[in-house]
Amino acid sequence: MRLTCPLCGPRDRREFYYSGSEDYLNRPAADAPAEAWDDMLHLRVNPAGVTRDLWYHETGCGSWLVVTRNTVTHEILATERVADRKGGAA
Amino acid sequence: MRYSGWKVITQGLLGNAGWTRAWRDPAPKAEYDAIVIGGGGHGLATAYYLAKNHGLTNVAVLEKGYLGSGNIGRNTTIVRANYFLPGNSEFYSHSLKLWEKLEGELNYNVMHSQRGHIILFHSDGQRDAAARRGNAIVNQGDDAELLSVAQLKEMMPYLDYEQSRFPIYGGLIQRRAGTARHDAVAWGYARAADALGVDLIQNCEVTGIDIEGGRVTGVQTTRGAIRAKKVGMVVAGRSSQVAAMAGMRLPIESHVLQAFVTEGLKPVIDNVVSYGMGHFYISQSDKGGLVFGGDIDMYASYAARGNLPMVEHVMEAGMTLMPMLARARVLRSWGGIMDMTPDGSPIIDKTHIDGFFVDAGWNYGGFKAAPASGWCMAHLMATGTSHEVARRFRLDRFRTGHVLDEEGTGSQHNLH
Repeated sequence: MRLTCPLCGPRDRREFYYSGSEDYLNRPAADAPAEAWDDMLHLRVNPAGVTRDLWYHETGCGSWLVVTRNTVTHEILATERVADRKGGAA
Repeated sequence: MRYSGWKVITQGLLGNAGWTRAWRDPAPKAEYDAIVIGGGGHGLATAYYLAKNHGLTNVAVLEKGYLGSGNIGRNTTIVRANYFLPGNSEFYSHSLKLWEKLEGELNYNVMHSQRGHIILFHSDGQRDAAARRGNAIVNQGDDAELLSVAQLKEMMPYLDYEQSRFPIYGGLIQRRAGTARHDAVAWGYARAADALGVDLIQNCEVTGIDIEGGRVTGVQTTRGAIRAKKVGMVVAGRSSQVAAMAGMRLPIESHVLQAFVTEGLKPVIDNVVSYGMGHFYISQSDKGGLVFGGDIDMYASYAARGNLPMVEHVMEAGMTLMPMLARARVLRSWGGIMDMTPDGSPIIDKTHIDGFFVDAGWNYGGFKAAPASGWCMAHLMATGTSHEVARRFRLDRFRTGHVLDEEGTGSQHNLH
């Protein structure tokens, strides 16, 4: 499997660290109830099909990426830097 | 028909013409007292114990494919009870005790072989941790024993004890642990459940869960609607999809775990060996194939096949531990879909929907758990309360903080 890093181009899967669902980007406010944190940290749609998850280009440029891919076919549909997303934090 | 050695001999003399089907192939009825979704090891065990322990025989098992077509037939067949944490320890202890009587109970040869399972350790700190784990196992009432390097060398002269990075300092053995013939477990439970009157309905995919006023009333399937006041989903590998039909999201992310088998070889590996530093474990099947595997591929996947980096990693770890493996040829590899929970422990619990129960999240350890999982799920479905050895497998434990993190790596999806 290869991921295309927007900065580095197509790179081997081994250069990347998988973090999990993009749900991790939707961090609740510090005073949000436990349910909101449970939602962000643990509960998942976990689709058999197209998913969006977070990968860190660990041995490359160090970018955090949102990767759109298919969990059934392992096809990579899109990669995007978290920092480049509209309103995304760097 | 009751199976026995005598039956094998007489049937052999009579041309094997007298064997009958192991279970019926019934059409679904309009209503059951309880429905178990999923005809794998855990689902079939649940149905069997519903009938056997609780007298609930008006039960259907709904399987979208054929019985035992999921991970019960795709795993590396290890049976052990060497867990550390309260919550896990008593559960797997209960399971191992059920394993030890399973063949007589089911009248089915599941080829349970208590050949011993060894966890290797590679430093003084790991030795202390292994001793502590061993004490916890003994306190639970199971067996554990620390082995010195000299003892290990006698048992397994073929390990590389002087590896540059991870020299072997010893091992923790559980002699009652071992292996079993995986699909025979599904068939044994299926046959025994059928004999008690459970309907095993294959090629029957659940497409919807019927809920009225917060109560489950039945399911929609590809073979029509079926009513029941109690529905248990036992579909590890597809838990998120079935839970979604009930409007639920589970604390589960699906990952692929690969396994490998070599061509058949003469007996060489007598035990199950687990090499944590390399994420590698191995045993030898009764056919002679070396069966081994490593860690999950570490990204969400439903592909049931993995990628090459993990293949390479497993082979490297195997070669580091057992240089003799270089001469063996890998026959095939495959992958299974694992329900990964954030803490690496399973879920057997009721839900906010009355009558709807969840048995899920078996991570990469579901095979050995099948008997106790079925036992406890049946108890939960029949009585409405958790069985005492499964009371910590709660669905809400991630929100409340009562996690069961056996590895001690943290409660996060990508850490187990």
